[in-house]
Amino acid sequence: MRGREAAARARHAAAAIGRATFLAVVAGFFALPMLWLATAPFDAHPTITVSLPEFTLAGFRELLAHPYALRSLGNSVLQAAGSTVLVVVLAALAAYALSRVRVPGRDVLLYLLLLLSSVVTGTAAMVPVFELATRLNLVDTHLGVVLTLSGGLLPAAIFILKDFMDGTPASYEESARVFGASPSQILRHIVVPVIRPGLATIAVWTVASVWGSFLTPFILLRDPDKAPGAVILYTLYTEGGSPRLELISTFSLLYSLPVVLMYVFVSRRYGFRFHGGIKR
Amino acid sequence: MRNEPFGPTTEDHRLKSARTRASGASPINADAAGLGIRRAVGFVVPAVVVVGVFLVFPALWTIYLGVTDFALTGISAADPRTVGVDNYAEALGDERFHASLWLTAQYVAGSAVIGQAGLGFAVAWVLRDRPGPVKRVVEGLILLAWILPSSVVAFLWIALLDRDAGTLNALLHTPGAAWLLDHPMASIIVFNVWRGTAFSMMLYGAALENVPPSHLETARLAGASTFQQIRDVVLPRIRGHVLTNMLLISLWTFNDFTSFQITAGGPEGRSEIVPVYIYDVALRGGRLGFGAAVSFLVLLVNLVAALLYLRTARSRGGVAA
Repeated sequence: MRGREAAARARHAAAAIGRATFLAVVAGFFALPMLWLATAPFDAHPTITVSLPEFTLAGFRELLAHPYALRSLGNSVLQAAGSTVLVVVLAALAAYALSRVRVPGRDVLLYLLLLLSSVVTGTAAMVPVFELATRLNLVDTHLGVVLTLSGGLLPAAIFILKDFMDGTPASYEESARVFGASPSQILRHIVVPVIRPGLATIAVWTVASVWGSFLTPFILLRDPDKAPGAVILYTLYTEGGSPRLELISTFSLLYSLPVVLMYVFVSRRYGFRFHGGIKR
Repeated sequence: MRNEPFGPTTEDHRLKSARTRASGASPINADAAGLGIRRAVGFVVPAVVVVGVFLVFPALWTIYLGVTDFALTGISAADPRTVGVDNYAEALGDERFHASLWLTAQYVAGSAVIGQAGLGFAVAWVLRDRPGPVKRVVEGLILLAWILPSSVVAFLWIALLDRDAGTLNALLHTPGAAWLLDHPMASIIVFNVWRGTAFSMMLYGAALENVPPSHLETARLAGASTFQQIRDVVLPRIRGHVLTNMLLISLWTFNDFTSFQITAGGPEGRSEIVPVYIYDVALRGGRLGFGAAVSFLVLLVNLVAALLYLRTARSRGGVAA
């Protein structure tokens, strides 16, 4: 009896040790690159991080002097902001109408759009998107990038927002209408405040998606003046000679901060429960 | 957007919505805001135009471009000929395409199906019902890897795996080991596991909440090992989640271009997965028609995966994007 108890206790301890080891290895695997990202920008010799870093801000000085680095962050802001405004406004209008009015074929339309948005990816459509942008004179424009990315994000955004709208009772709108409010007044003063969490979700999701996207700006933009951070980061370590690790790591850190801060804010505020692709 | 509160359309719909209400229809669809069909259509049109031009049209155009010899430069740029199924025949006979399909299969199986789903489930399983700082830290790290811009993640892995300056060599005391050159596929598989495990972890974390702890306890008391508990108690209950997860992460990985930033398909095409192959033949090599044909094949694969996904998602009541 006592022997069996001891064996059970030993098994329990072994399981606990196994769990702890597993979690430590996983944590190490995920933490290592991030530790590098956090320390390399301040390290004079960012080659071997196991040695004590020699503190420097040379990376930041180099970044300021670089012709495209900081500007590309501005481009990322511009493209993310443009796409977010477009996606949030268009998706909100469409979702509102689709939620409140019975349009024939509505569900089929939504279903097809959602299907298409996961089927027509950058990989499957890079040739026609490139061609389209060429013909519409959208190559080398922010607008081309914004429109292409928005086209891909809108279906899912409409779907998510329609869900939010369906979940809010129409009675507020009805009573407002009884008091003579116009549809646009109802939209601005009643619907938008009620579905604000949904709009925030869509906005965060769009910003994160656009901020990280590489393929679309990579094929649509030639002029490095207009390239966003993702593309400049790629060219930083492919443009001839040996890559300047301190410059690239500094840039990586700056480029990551906005989305990381956004993530921290969102998870603090709402808990991180984005089901489905906040990123693809 | 018109703005009159008492226009005929509005009036008309006020009546209609009153009628719908009276007949006891769902209040959600009762046109409560008095939108009117015409205005409602006006609300939908801008989104439909953007999606139509930048998503639907490219998909259809791929089909057409794929049967032409359209090129970036030369005669076929100005005046493309229709070549029928020549592109498809050529692609299906192209050894480089075969190789890229095989590499893509390895990439999807290794990094998504085994890597992301396996590790994601393992973490979710170990951390289930164990709230506390350890759970927060481990989950936080994995989520952070997911939220970082993928270009940054690509660069981080280059820096780690680099032959001369790489941190991994310093840590493992393997000076001069050329991870990227010698093991390009393994490198991008590890990279994709690192950046993509979060989704599976979250999905399985939520799924495991639906497995009653009492069932696991019963199985455990009956002497079932962890493996048996997972196989016999957990998996039957979360089968839908597993299927959904597999379809989504496979679809995303199959279409992922990010690894291009690490190896650009090299060395010597040894990590040239299908997206990189398309980019190289179509946009770098200038054979737009041929690239469109291969893209269309990708589109078909995506379509099958997406249809299967929507079917499983529907049968579980709810379509998450």
